[in-house]
Amino acid sequence: MKVLKKKLYEDNKYEYMVQQESNLETAIEMGLTQEEFNFICKKIKKTPNKTELGIFSAMFSEHCSYKSSKKWLKTLPTQAPHVIQGPGENAGVIDIGDNLAAVFKIESHNHPSFIEPYQGSATGVGGILRDVFTMGARPIALLNAIRFGSPSKPLTKHLLSGVVKGIGGYGNCIGIPTVGGETNFDKSYDGNILVNAMAVGIANKDKIFYSAATGANNPVIYVGAKTGRDGIHGATMASAEFTESSSEKRPTVQVGDPFTGKLLLEACLELMNTDAVLSIQDMGAAGLTSSSVEMASKGSLGMFLDLDLVPTREEQMTSYEIMLSESQERMLMILKPGSEEKAKQIFDKWDLDFAVIGKVTETGRLILTKNGSEACNIPISPLVENAPEYDRPYEIIKNEKFIDLNKNIVNQTINEILVQMFRNPNLASKKWIWEQYDCSVMGDTILSSGQSDAAIVRIHGSDKDDSLGKGLAITTDCTPRYVKANPIEGGMQAVCEAARNIASSGAKPLAITNNLNFGNPEKKEIMGEIVGSIKGISSAAAFLNTPIVSGNVSLYNETNGNGILPTPVIGMVGIIENIENSLEINAKEGNTLLVLGQSEDFIEGWIGSSIYQEIIHDEFDGAPPPINLQNEKAIIDILLNLNEQKLLSAAHDISDGGLLPNVCEMLFRNNLGLDLNLPKKLVNKSNKDILLHSWCFGEDQGRIIVATNELNKVKSILEKQEIKFFVLGTVNSSSNLNIKSVTTISINDIKYIYENSLSSIMS
Amino acid sequence: MRSGVAIFPGSNCDRDIIVALKKVTKKIPLKLWHKDKEFPNLDLIVIPGGFSFGDYLRCGALAARSPIIENIKNHVSRGGALLGICNGFQILIEAGILPGSLIRNKNLLFTCRETTLEIQKTIKSPFTEGFELGCHLKIPVAHNEGNYFAPKSLLDQLSSEGRIAFKYIEEKDVNSDIDYNPNGSCDDIAGILSKNGRVLGMMPHPERAINSLHGGTDGLKFLTKCIENIVG
Repeated sequence: MKVLKKKLYEDNKYEYMVQQESNLETAIEMGLTQEEFNFICKKIKKTPNKTELGIFSAMFSEHCSYKSSKKWLKTLPTQAPHVIQGPGENAGVIDIGDNLAAVFKIESHNHPSFIEPYQGSATGVGGILRDVFTMGARPIALLNAIRFGSPSKPLTKHLLSGVVKGIGGYGNCIGIPTVGGETNFDKSYDGNILVNAMAVGIANKDKIFYSAATGANNPVIYVGAKTGRDGIHGATMASAEFTESSSEKRPTVQVGDPFTGKLLLEACLELMNTDAVLSIQDMGAAGLTSSSVEMASKGSLGMFLDLDLVPTREEQMTSYEIMLSESQERMLMILKPGSEEKAKQIFDKWDLDFAVIGKVTETGRLILTKNGSEACNIPISPLVENAPEYDRPYEIIKNEKFIDLNKNIVNQTINEILVQMFRNPNLASKKWIWEQYDCSVMGDTILSSGQSDAAIVRIHGSDKDDSLGKGLAITTDCTPRYVKANPIEGGMQAVCEAARNIASSGAKPLAITNNLNFGNPEKKEIMGEIVGSIKGISSAAAFLNTPIVSGNVSLYNETNGNGILPTPVIGMVGIIENIENSLEINAKEGNTLLVLGQSEDFIEGWIGSSIYQEIIHDEFDGAPPPINLQNEKAIIDILLNLNEQKLLSAAHDISDGGLLPNVCEMLFRNNLGLDLNLPKKLVNKSNKDILLHSWCFGEDQGRIIVATNELNKVKSILEKQEIKFFVLGTVNSSSNLNIKSVTTISINDIKYIYENSLSSIMS
Repeated sequence: MRSGVAIFPGSNCDRDIIVALKKVTKKIPLKLWHKDKEFPNLDLIVIPGGFSFGDYLRCGALAARSPIIENIKNHVSRGGALLGICNGFQILIEAGILPGSLIRNKNLLFTCRETTLEIQKTIKSPFTEGFELGCHLKIPVAHNEGNYFAPKSLLDQLSSEGRIAFKYIEEKDVNSDIDYNPNGSCDDIAGILSKNGRVLGMMPHPERAINSLHGGTDGLKFLTKCIENIVG
């Protein structure tokens, strides 16, 4: 044994070093706690060497283990007849009919994108695409929910422009259209931006690939790009707060190569068309560690890998580096024995590495060799099943303060407030961003950013001679200021707004992927935000029958102790059976606009936590608008019903900014006008009247504006179904939004501000 | 009508143009792989958009040195029709089949949006024949390096030889600050022809405007006319 170790020292002295026993100090450096270190020593009945400890540290990181959130994630509703695969796999899978399945997931790349915006966001896109095609699905759409700090800060411009370039750099090159998403600005993101990327793919229902290892002695194959020293311990970095020295962590950010990503996508899908693949897992966070451990764990098996066989970019890499590298564009597969040669030919054609690096075993252990010496020998179950799970103390803080209109003094007119709203990049057009994304590659994008409340992508090949085919509707939503004010209501609101957006595009909401972005869960008020929003999401998702099928949690989004606004992003997918019926937000001349979910009696709008309130008050305050799930479901159902009867020509849900800015958005595209009706009690109010303002800018939930040419039919259906509605007026060609006896708003002037606010900030 | 689509590692609009050609010709085009040294005689070869070889080195530079290029040149010398779209246009320039260069967009940003093209007066070419002079087509662009650049002498030559196929043009009645020329191309050039008129390189993507739900069918109109002319 001594001779062997001496030879190891001579061959690769760094490898020799990582095979030495570690200690508590090293464990703490790797982000583990003393209790976790003791737990590991006890479970594996020895003191781990540095490689083994590194593997534990990665698997126990918040990013991989969900140790703070697991207890609560288990309470999310995940079942429905249309769910094929819920959380726990690379992505969620739902049945969309015609023997097809939609495969989707959202994932954060927050920490790396702050440190290195281009590569951080690009690899976020690459990673989420791999999660989808690992399941056997061809990706058809990308969305991004991105959040930045104050727009006036130079750092924000640098980060926004880098992130947008990175998202486009990957998505455009690999040739998957980026069709939607959301962008928000708030000072709480100054030190921690959020980059959440969502991908959606389509697979044959009976050809879904899973990650559980099968069959002892089956070959374990490494494919894709070579392993380098980039991204080592990225998962651990992404599980800690930032400090002044965080930019020193740049080497922990992975580097993306969308070209290799494209080759890997095509090669994997080509191989999946044969019967060679038994299971497959992408190497994402914690690279070869999490992929091998998760595959073995899910199959209740063990794995042996000879790390000398792993294709590497650099010489003398150690077992520690190979196992913890987060080099991109790599996959681990288990093949049917005997099919290696056939599989290798496909990867040769695409000029990608293909290596048999080990085999499935029945040992229940992860055994690794490097330079002929055993670098790791640990049981798998403590890495996953016995991983720590914390029941962290929490306190759900709710702002229940009602904002009394009479206590607010307003000096601005409606016109001035509208200008201020559209000058705010949160409400302004995001065209500067989305024009940098290829939204139309693959030829199936029907509606993308800015055209509709949800993006609509046709299911390729579903168009026949007599039909234009069917499509998926996709959106991402969250209103963090509501979640901050009341995590439960805010969680519900995110789900309801997403469902309203899906419905406003003409599609039926089906299922959710969520991305829970929060600060440090060791603080009980932050843990309260996590618990509260999961409760809210759960109740709304259960009520609307839109289960959560995949997701991701990103915690420790804090810098020097300041956390972000709680941001549980909801990515939702819906289906539209006939894409001819898809709805844009743009109204046409002659359409009558009416609001569903609001009646003539509705006078006083909800201004707590609204954008309006921020304008007149300089900050958000008060309880967020309450959610009534019955009302939400009722207006979604009625909207879909009206649309099925082809009675609608546009729809737009009322969200940020309230009714008036949303009406403007419906008129912008075609430069149209409207004589706006007011409830009788508001007629003859002044242009500075706060009650009238609250009606125009209140953010009461459960409302959708629809445009129709069949007012009478629509009215009679709404009356029969007892749905509240209010007729706003008929769209004309005047380009003026006229509020009788109050004011006239030039749509062209407002549109100019709406379209140019963001680009003028960025130029 | 026999058509083929040349595919390189990193091509990503190959499926889209295949769908479009199938729609027009009712036949599935032949897929040509960049390593193919031999393929049957074809009437039309399309080099689709994408990021061949990741756009590494320079857009189109590596693809222009692929084995298939020799055969594509033979196809052209036989008088075959050749259409390069977006990255395909970049490849044709790098391969020396068309003159000039395509540099970074003037705003240094990837740009994806609809553009309006005006058909120019050209030499006899299947790609412009039968279109009314000055006719407008609405076709989207999506590129990072589409800024056609050439010395004045070459621009004058292209113009006098009738080899400028289309130019970006301002839509009337549009109240907007947006430049109608999406990339800063010299003389608003969106596509150019070879000397014999049988080769067209263009930045816009006709295959992305073939369906009323795409917001337009001008791409289909364009491709249909081209195919009719090529078949003769």
